[in-house]
Amino acid sequence: MSEFMDIITASNLTYGQKLIHLAQAAENCEHPIPTTPEFDWFFERDAICDMHEGNAPYRPRYICCDMERFARQGSDFLRLDAPDNLDDLLMNLQILYQNVPSVTGRPVYVGQLDRLFDPYLDGLSDEEILPRFKRFLNYIDRTVASGYCHANLGPEDTRAGRLLLQADAEVQNAVPNFTLKYEEGITPDDFARLALKTSMACANPAYANHRMHKHTYAAPVDGPADGYTVVSCYNVLPIRGGAYCLDRVKLSQLADLATSPEHLLNELLPNATGALLEYMDARIKFLVEDSNFFQTSFLVREGLIDRDRFVGMFGMIGMHECIEKLLGPGHVYGTDPEANDLADQIMTKMTAQVQAWDAPYSEIGNGRYMMHAQAGFGDQTSSTPGVRIRVGEEPEVFFDHLRHCARMHRFFKAGVSDIFPVEPTAAQNVDALLDVIKGAFAIDDTYLSFYPSDSDLVRITGFLVKRSEMEKFARGEAVLADTSHDGEGNWRANHLADRKVRLG
Amino acid sequence: MELTAPVNKVIPFSLVDGPGSRCSVFLQGCNIACAYCHNPETQNLCLGCGLCVEQCPAGALSWENGRVRWDKDACVQCDTCIHVCPHKASPKIEWLTPGEVFETVHSYQPFIRGVTVSGGECMLRADWMRELFALCRAAGLGTLIDSNGCVPFEEHLDLLDVADGVMLDVKAWDEGTFARLTSGDVCVVKRNLALLAERNKIEELRIVVVPGWNDPEATIAGIADALGEKTATTKLKLIRFRRFGVVGALANANSPTDERMSELEALAREAGFGQVELR
Ligand code: SF4
Ligand code: SF4
Repeated sequence: MSEFMDIITASNLTYGQKLIHLAQAAENCEHPIPTTPEFDWFFERDAICDMHEGNAPYRPRYICCDMERFARQGSDFLRLDAPDNLDDLLMNLQILYQNVPSVTGRPVYVGQLDRLFDPYLDGLSDEEILPRFKRFLNYIDRTVASGYCHANLGPEDTRAGRLLLQADAEVQNAVPNFTLKYEEGITPDDFARLALKTSMACANPAYANHRMHKHTYAAPVDGPADGYTVVSCYNVLPIRGGAYCLDRVKLSQLADLATSPEHLLNELLPNATGALLEYMDARIKFLVEDSNFFQTSFLVREGLIDRDRFVGMFGMIGMHECIEKLLGPGHVYGTDPEANDLADQIMTKMTAQVQAWDAPYSEIGNGRYMMHAQAGFGDQTSSTPGVRIRVGEEPEVFFDHLRHCARMHRFFKAGVSDIFPVEPTAAQNVDALLDVIKGAFAIDDTYLSFYPSDSDLVRITGFLVKRSEMEKFARGEAVLADTSHDGEGNWRANHLADRKVRLG
Repeated sequence: MELTAPVNKVIPFSLVDGPGSRCSVFLQGCNIACAYCHNPETQNLCLGCGLCVEQCPAGALSWENGRVRWDKDACVQCDTCIHVCPHKASPKIEWLTPGEVFETVHSYQPFIRGVTVSGGECMLRADWMRELFALCRAAGLGTLIDSNGCVPFEEHLDLLDVADGVMLDVKAWDEGTFARLTSGDVCVVKRNLALLAERNKIEELRIVVVPGWNDPEATIAGIADALGEKTATTKLKLIRFRRFGVVGALANANSPTDERMSELEALAREAGFGQVELR
């Protein structure tokens, strides 16, 4: 059977999932983006990877609409007036979401919901608002149905933020993912505690170090002052913009080609990095110059996105295995100083090369691509996400783990993250979790997420899935959220159930 | 000679030893012997009988100057030594100075807000603790004492100057009941309760509910009476007895029922406690 017929006749895909797979297969029949022999050489050896973004990009990977602007002005194209009450706003957003593309075909960003909703709550009681929020969250969960979809909160304490946390704890959904932008001194402890209680109830929100992120991108004219938002598996991107693409060097595979650490550092790494940079240039030029996306999308015309607020993300993955292969047993990444120093050296070198590259159409990145620690997807077993320490090899003392995270986080302006299952009893002492966040963020850790170790909602590479849904898919049944597909394989292959439970 | 204390273990991160993220230091040696002790091996200091030395499968125990020496790096944490010890002791301790323990605690900053010293009974090392706390305070760390209340705090007022508060056990109220349960003297506990309340040094009070062995109703009433108007602001933890780790008379005893715990919670609220927690 052809690839197309396999999709058409599959029994474990829903209609919507088949449509997406068929579109991908069709796109991949075309080959408009030229590649260099160096790129092909590394690509064939799986040492660089295009993230299966498709051969002919006709929309950016991630789009982060300025939803607040949308709320202020409505939409000509969608024939929507600016809302004057909460119900209109929620309906307008639901309509907009249907029209925001991404690499998954569905929005990866649904807005900074607290800032978006707060102005519309006057005159409504909590009892009137909560059911509306819960309906709205359920709408996103059941229609977007992708764990890569993301909402933001904070850093300020707002009534809308509190009610959204309460609603999220009650609906227990995997979608959207929430990030709380946290900054000590701006985010009150009391609000942070409520967020942490929510995390212990439904694995959401995760925590972004606002102090570190808020100067990453210039703020858009008349837009949110912090200029950034967190989407998908913790990509830190310009608001009113997004990411053209995400491509990555697979260090774990690159190490297979290396005869020594020096060989990797001095030859393979610069060559692979250079080949990927050239490829990204070609991809982005096709998207901007040939695909007609930016020329025709109403999102651009109505100012919800600006072409010059998009960046290309330069990703990497598999540091743990890379170090293991280069140094051999006895030098465990995460605990061995020599292993950690080599990792630092690799990242320093790669980052310097990326930052010296003139990236096309990257105004908001000051003409540079942005570094991202890619977390992986599907059931890849040979590569631990980004710069994370492999499950089962975490340092004994949690704080040593966090120090290691902070050390490696400094290279990644477009996102890097860690995930910690914690003892369910932490729900009774969320102050302890708050202390950990404060400590980690004070030493420049940029992003943290927790989930209770006994929860049905679990984090895979960053996205959330329900254990119960993964089990269904593993039995061969179709499930609504296709991130359960990625989750199921990854959960099993990477022994994620064995993640070291922290804060015990 | 510099002051040292027998340290049983240091836990970098504890969720249950006071507010927020704390480092817990456990000292070896106790002055009472509760029937429900969960860590009986922390009750006594090693007598040097030597029984555990030959039983250690890892060769981690040896004789040195008439004392049992424990080789931390060789130890595989099988706990055989603890099980064979007939004296409720452990050879796995280190005699450390306040400065040495402070170095460890300090290395966990900025992830912790404070240190809690526990036991055994840490008040047996009050002078040592005072030095440790002074170092912690200077580094911006909070300081809590976890005590059974059987050492008179009035003899250690200088310790209270550098301690944020005390997590105090009130194991029973009636003198005979207390003595039967713990072999200690409840009069000292009551004096400590009054003294700590007066100085606003009570972090929390704890009653472990052991069916047939203590008198939680009388204890709740007695404490409320002693605290007066401060009852409303004092945190009371009612803890279910659990047989996990217990040896001796209570090794097979039952936990109190949920209904019983709820009744006691209601009673405590009636008596005026503003914060009551069930564990
Ligand atoms: S726990 Fe005790 S018996 Fe076991 S290896 Fe360590 S010292 Fe030896
Ligand atoms: S720890 Fe116990 S068994 Fe070992 S020497 Fe000391 S008293 Fe004897």
